[in-house]
Amino acid sequence: MSVIVATAPRAAVRKASRRVKPARVILQAFLIAMVALWLFPLFWAVYASLRPYGDTVIHGYLSWPTNGLSLVNYQNVWTQAEIPYYYLNTLVIVVPGVILTLLLASMVAFCCTQFSWKFNLIVLMLFTAGNLLPPQVIIVPLYWIYLNTPIANLGSIDIGNFSFAIFSDNNLLYDQYIGIILIHVVFQTGFATFVLSNYMKTITKEITESALVDGANVFRIWWNVILPLCRPALAAMATLLFTFMYNDFFWALVLLSHGSKRPITSALNNLQGEFLINNNLIAAGALLACIPPILVYIFLQRQFVAGLTLGSTKG
Amino acid sequence: MAPARAREASAAGPLVATRRKRRYTLLTRHDKIIIALMVGVPLTLDLLLIWGPTLASVALSFTNWQNIGPITGKNFVGFKNYQFLFTGYTLFWPAFLHNLIWLAWLTLIATPLGMFFAVLLDREMRGARIYQSVFFLPVVLSLVVVGFIWDLQFAPTDGFINNVLGTSHSANVIDWLGNPRINLFSLLIATSWRHIGYIMILYLAGLKSVDPSLREAARVDGATEVQTFFRVVLPVMAPINVIIVVVTAIEALRAFDIAFIINQGKNGLELLSILIYNNSISEASLVGFGSAIAVILLLISLVPIVAFLSRVMRTLA
Repeated sequence: MSVIVATAPRAAVRKASRRVKPARVILQAFLIAMVALWLFPLFWAVYASLRPYGDTVIHGYLSWPTNGLSLVNYQNVWTQAEIPYYYLNTLVIVVPGVILTLLLASMVAFCCTQFSWKFNLIVLMLFTAGNLLPPQVIIVPLYWIYLNTPIANLGSIDIGNFSFAIFSDNNLLYDQYIGIILIHVVFQTGFATFVLSNYMKTITKEITESALVDGANVFRIWWNVILPLCRPALAAMATLLFTFMYNDFFWALVLLSHGSKRPITSALNNLQGEFLINNNLIAAGALLACIPPILVYIFLQRQFVAGLTLGSTKG
Repeated sequence: MAPARAREASAAGPLVATRRKRRYTLLTRHDKIIIALMVGVPLTLDLLLIWGPTLASVALSFTNWQNIGPITGKNFVGFKNYQFLFTGYTLFWPAFLHNLIWLAWLTLIATPLGMFFAVLLDREMRGARIYQSVFFLPVVLSLVVVGFIWDLQFAPTDGFINNVLGTSHSANVIDWLGNPRINLFSLLIATSWRHIGYIMILYLAGLKSVDPSLREAARVDGATEVQTFFRVVLPVMAPINVIIVVVTAIEALRAFDIAFIINQGKNGLELLSILIYNNSISEASLVGFGSAIAVILLLISLVPIVAFLSRVMRTLA
């Protein structure tokens, strides 16, 4: 191909690139306009959150900040709506959720890609398809399962007014942190298995085979050989799974009943009307709730995008 | 493959060579038990909490069970739930239509826009990375937050849009999220804000994987950029295109959060997913009836799911 390029008439190529130039200007202008359009809703939320409520009552929201900007709304939401408490709720759900999902999914992906056995394709299909179902399709029986599965109550870990039950403070799966962790893990294992299998397929089976010859058992090969090789994929998946679980609204809505157990995303909806009584506070609350995923995005953008595209482009 | 493995096995020593016929030659009994556990535990959970409930939904859809007492033969009502769903339940067809509009909007407007952005950004250009980051930013936000952020735009008296249009204080104020004739579309704009970036990133990854020499060749042959895209790039991207369409369809069928945040999915924002929740869990415990709606949603969802599996499993096999 490079031969053809080299022999193509130089003049024609140069002329083509010169002709493109005005188009480039239009393109840049269009994209800048689009970027402004994309950022505007966020900018507007930030602006509303920085304005004292009294100021907007008098002048309306579409006005210059005559009385200045302040962080008072953030302060109010932070303390009155107990935002740190809900961050903690999210944390105790998301961290175990991500770790368990990666462990289970990498086990299945490892077994299904490194060994050939009769059912591995079926297993992969079950996991992948399960994750593609709308969660609402399974919610009615799942709700019943959560209300009817007995779980041991072995006390709790208390930090201030925060209490993490081991394993259930009402002897059910329903309305428990572990219940939410469980459904996240099971649902997302489908997705993670699919992506990790795609990745592990590219690892030659000979690595596993030679490790077996050397006398390593399967569990050690998974932990000491395959998982280290998958580090980039695991990092990408961890980033993505964190965001998925952090952003969940539906599972928490249905499978938790106490407002005090809700993670920040779904708590936000409850807080509306109770503490988030005006648009300025709502904006501040919403922005506080999306700081963690935005930080993840800023610092781990490459992993995040890799996680999303691993599943789709290897096909 | 087989001879190579046999050779390797015999090289490893006589102990393994004696069992060379099987593929599992190198696995001990212990190893097989571990493999069974490593697959078995996650699989059991998946079957118990995903596929079990899926089948249970189908079974329950033929009953009039209301979550009280055991299910007996008397609870079996045949297709009565479906009959009522199609002919008596006034919210079903509107919800069905809303899901259809959702799907059509995403497929015909949002997804092509995402693909368009990807095509624009897939070139050497100053600022391309920044543009890409900005378009992608809403994707990391939860739909709850997206709903809140757009509420600040759409709110009747305090929202940005009405204040700019001057329709915030007049008698004919536009209620973007309350008026059942327009609120679905307001919601779709908010949803698209997030969806477009998602599709863009998927498509961009696909475009980057297209062999650059193909484009080079087309250019040398005198094709314009537009021709190159439609005649060369798009056909090569066929597998990605399928995935993009499937992802779009699944997103449309899953829609729940944002409509629920705005008004619990009422008054113009009914969706099948929300009807399931309202009928069986939140407002009533019509388990059988809600399950019938779930089965309809399941059947529709199977179309993109099967399309996805048949496309993707070919490469996993």
